[in-house]
Amino acid sequence: MMDKHITVPYDEKTARELRSGDYVYITGTIYTARDAAHKRMYEALEQGKELPFDVKNSVIYYMGPSPAREGRPIGSAGPTTASRMDKYTPLLLDLGLKGMIGKGKRTDAVRQAIIRNGAVYFAAVGGAGALLSKAILSSEVIAYDDLGTEAIRKLTVKDFPAIVVIDSEGNNLYETAIEAYQEA
Amino acid sequence: MRTICVDEITRNIKEMCIEANHYLTEDMKIALNQAANAEKSPLGKQILCQLEDNLKIATEDMIPICQDTGMAVIFLEVGQDVHVEGGLLTDAVNEGVRQGYTQGYLRKSVVRDPIYRENTNDNTPAVIHYDIVEGDQIKITIAPKGFGSENMSRVFMLKPADGIEGVKNAILTAVKDAGPNACPPMVVGVGIGGTFEKCAFLAKKALTRPVNEHSEISYVREMEEELLQKINQTGIGPGGLGGSTTALAVNINTYPTHIAGLPVAVNICCHVNRHCIRVL
Repeated sequence: MMDKHITVPYDEKTARELRSGDYVYITGTIYTARDAAHKRMYEALEQGKELPFDVKNSVIYYMGPSPAREGRPIGSAGPTTASRMDKYTPLLLDLGLKGMIGKGKRTDAVRQAIIRNGAVYFAAVGGAGALLSKAILSSEVIAYDDLGTEAIRKLTVKDFPAIVVIDSEGNNLYETAIEAYQEA
Repeated sequence: MRTICVDEITRNIKEMCIEANHYLTEDMKIALNQAANAEKSPLGKQILCQLEDNLKIATEDMIPICQDTGMAVIFLEVGQDVHVEGGLLTDAVNEGVRQGYTQGYLRKSVVRDPIYRENTNDNTPAVIHYDIVEGDQIKITIAPKGFGSENMSRVFMLKPADGIEGVKNAILTAVKDAGPNACPPMVVGVGIGGTFEKCAFLAKKALTRPVNEHSEISYVREMEEELLQKINQTGIGPGGLGGSTTALAVNINTYPTHIAGLPVAVNICCHVNRHCIRVL
């Protein structure tokens, strides 16, 4: 386990260098999408339409912010529970998505798609939305504006702190770390 | 008979929605600090320190502690010698929530219909629990509830024969299943007894009790202490990333029940266990 700095978008080679348990500072462009946006993207793909952004080599942050005060890029901006996106995730990974930032467990289907495509699942600290907002330099709604907090946003982040939970080999920190501290 | 105007209720509810989302109560801050000092995992300690930093930033910069500013759960204990003037009490409460969430830069997370899911854009309606009590005051408790942890909450309709061990197992099962999804360290609210809906209400109300206070019933107090220890031995840890701090408190409320039943509700809250209390 070590501290690493990465820039997004990144390719499969970078993804494969990350290990479950690594503490990573993410810099670059990422996209927000949560429940309603995933549903719409999935339906768009089913109808053979284009997605609102190029998912290849990109990272999605499962997050719906609170409103920004004047002069600030964003409000509180911590991760939401990733498992609600599990139904839609394998398809996005097969289209080239290389990373997801959220919190909580994933299904085995998602884990297999992560391994198959050489991607990474990161956790950000849940409930630390004020702190995490400080790593977001800019935010712009690029699609599904009518969804309010659930719209797709393009974020510029600098040294956004995250932890590799599931790496490209399928190692899962939620399983291994708990074993280390289990008593009785 | 004392008269309270609905405008006063609306104004207080508005302020309380904003306050609860930016400041935790002192007992929660102390519990987090103690946990950060005692945590065995280096990563777990780092996460707990970040949660303390997060609280500081929220207060100083007026950024909500968590982006999920919740569905507003409101307990109203209305003295039977109070006369509410100027409109409907429920409307006044919802107007306070509307003003608090729209003017306070809080997230609107409520959808009008559970299936069609159109956002109401002002976080109303609130979930309001009324109780008629003695006296000529109104006690308001606001507890904005985030759904990361709400989704991991459970009701178990146990059999009387399952007894106290069955209750303990149910609580541990709910916590283990919740794991990282509920943003640990959690506060675990438990309701035992009553009916299906009463035990859920008891569990929700238990979350508003200070985390450094125990039940006055001795066996319940012992159960709270034992379960907290067992939960912290699961290894789930801060953020679910391993460690010795999985919960900050287990708060249990009980109520008489039926000869045929032993209902148990486990309402899990994340470390952002928000509530704000005022007496008018």
